[in-house]
Amino acid sequence: MNSALTFLLTAVVKVLITIFVLLTAVAYTVWLERKVVGRMQNRWGPSRVGPFGLLQPLADGLKFIFKEDLTPPYVHHVIYILAPMLAVIMALTAIALVPIGPTITIGHITTPIQITGVMDGNGQSSDIGIGLLILLGITSISVYGVSLAGWSSNSKYSLLGSLRASAQMVSYEIALGLSLVGVLMISGTFSLREIVRQQQGGFWHWNIFGGFQFVAFFIYIMAAYAETNRIPFDLPEAETELVAGYHTEYSAMKFAMFFMAEYANMITVACVASVIFLGGWSGPVPSSLPPILQSILPVFYFLLRVFFFIFLYIWIRGTLPRFRYDQLMAFGWKFLLPLAIANIVITAFVIAVRG
Amino acid sequence: MLHLILFAIFAAICAGGALNMVLQKHPINSALSLIVVMVSLAMLYMLLGAEFVAAVQIIVYAGAIMVLFVFVIMLLNAGAEEHTKGSRVAMLFGFPSLLVGAAVLFYTLMVRGGNTASLAIGQFHGRAEEISDLLFKNFLLPFEVTSVLILIAIMGAVLLARKGGTE
Repeated sequence: MNSALTFLLTAVVKVLITIFVLLTAVAYTVWLERKVVGRMQNRWGPSRVGPFGLLQPLADGLKFIFKEDLTPPYVHHVIYILAPMLAVIMALTAIALVPIGPTITIGHITTPIQITGVMDGNGQSSDIGIGLLILLGITSISVYGVSLAGWSSNSKYSLLGSLRASAQMVSYEIALGLSLVGVLMISGTFSLREIVRQQQGGFWHWNIFGGFQFVAFFIYIMAAYAETNRIPFDLPEAETELVAGYHTEYSAMKFAMFFMAEYANMITVACVASVIFLGGWSGPVPSSLPPILQSILPVFYFLLRVFFFIFLYIWIRGTLPRFRYDQLMAFGWKFLLPLAIANIVITAFVIAVRG
Repeated sequence: MLHLILFAIFAAICAGGALNMVLQKHPINSALSLIVVMVSLAMLYMLLGAEFVAAVQIIVYAGAIMVLFVFVIMLLNAGAEEHTKGSRVAMLFGFPSLLVGAAVLFYTLMVRGGNTASLAIGQFHGRAEEISDLLFKNFLLPFEVTSVLILIAIMGAVLLARKGGTE
């Protein structure tokens, strides 16, 4: 009973810490985006609330809470309320599968820094054997949040936005999934923790360099931008054509939920890219450090990679214009998909030749 | 014990969702109930130790096929359906055959069924490695033939969609 209680307690603590950090990260990613895009466009960005505008996310949050929660007439009530919840729940669930760091020991409890990770009988950390598949499953379920939001709003703009979103997300999911197959063939496992473990020991072991998966990496990044509806693939919320796309009719906290879901998805996708292609938490950890720092330092390396991807997101947002819709579909189906299949064939061939 | 509780929860959700799918008048509600059924079925597979099948169930059925269903319903903007009083054929043959089917199932599972033991994940032929072993060693030919069949179906769909097009 005692071990079950310990298990439950560690799980709850891990979930609370991860959700707190994730939500804070979501808020400050918004701040970072406004600040960086502001500097790129030669203006200041938020600068009034707190030093460097650092309290701006807090003010935004308060504003969202106190705004009137307007429900337009003739909406499909149940689904209208369900859709933003679905979007945000799916976005927050995905982070549970990401291995953030190696194990950490506090007192006599040793646990992996990952919500779904446990210590097995041999004192090794392990996680779900099909972690990557579950992650893909969550991604495919999260389409519903967007598509149902647009449909239930009973508005032309929303409906068109959600139709675009579902078509785009379903199309790019294929390229996204296929880009990961090369790495799966090299590592021979779906377990994210095991994939990271195989890439330890220097950047030449990372899948992007050591496994020659830079084409897959490029495809993944492109498809991930489309999956998270970010510029240059933000057709579902193109304001010049569709007002605000699928969340046109949403206000106050329900709108904030979509906003949070988008940024949480960004962070998750960045985490997965770091885990699959860039070696997760690998980095130099001197053994002269105290044990607690030896656990924390890899987490720092991991967050550095995630930060790099987030910055790349913002950078591209400040640089590129939006695709036209037929260009977007042609890019996904006629360029990324054949490229991903070619990558799989070549990787399989190399593995077969090497034996 | 936990196994039994989880099974009861997800089986109840599954049956309730299936019932709701039939009883709902609006097609989108029916489609959403079907998604609930698919996801809870995936959980039941997981309880059987078939983790790979569970994940594929969610990705393929709940994620891809049902998105297509919902997409079509949204695109056609289908309204609420009209209920008839039900046909006489269903009354005469439907319910008795349902009862017979249930009785046969009950007989095979409860009377003739072997031992019932709960399995941990990975204890049965459920892991991805074992399924790929079976697919690519024992059943390679059927697997490849099926993939060719699916390819032909895709090409047929594309051909039908292009018919009459000016491209």
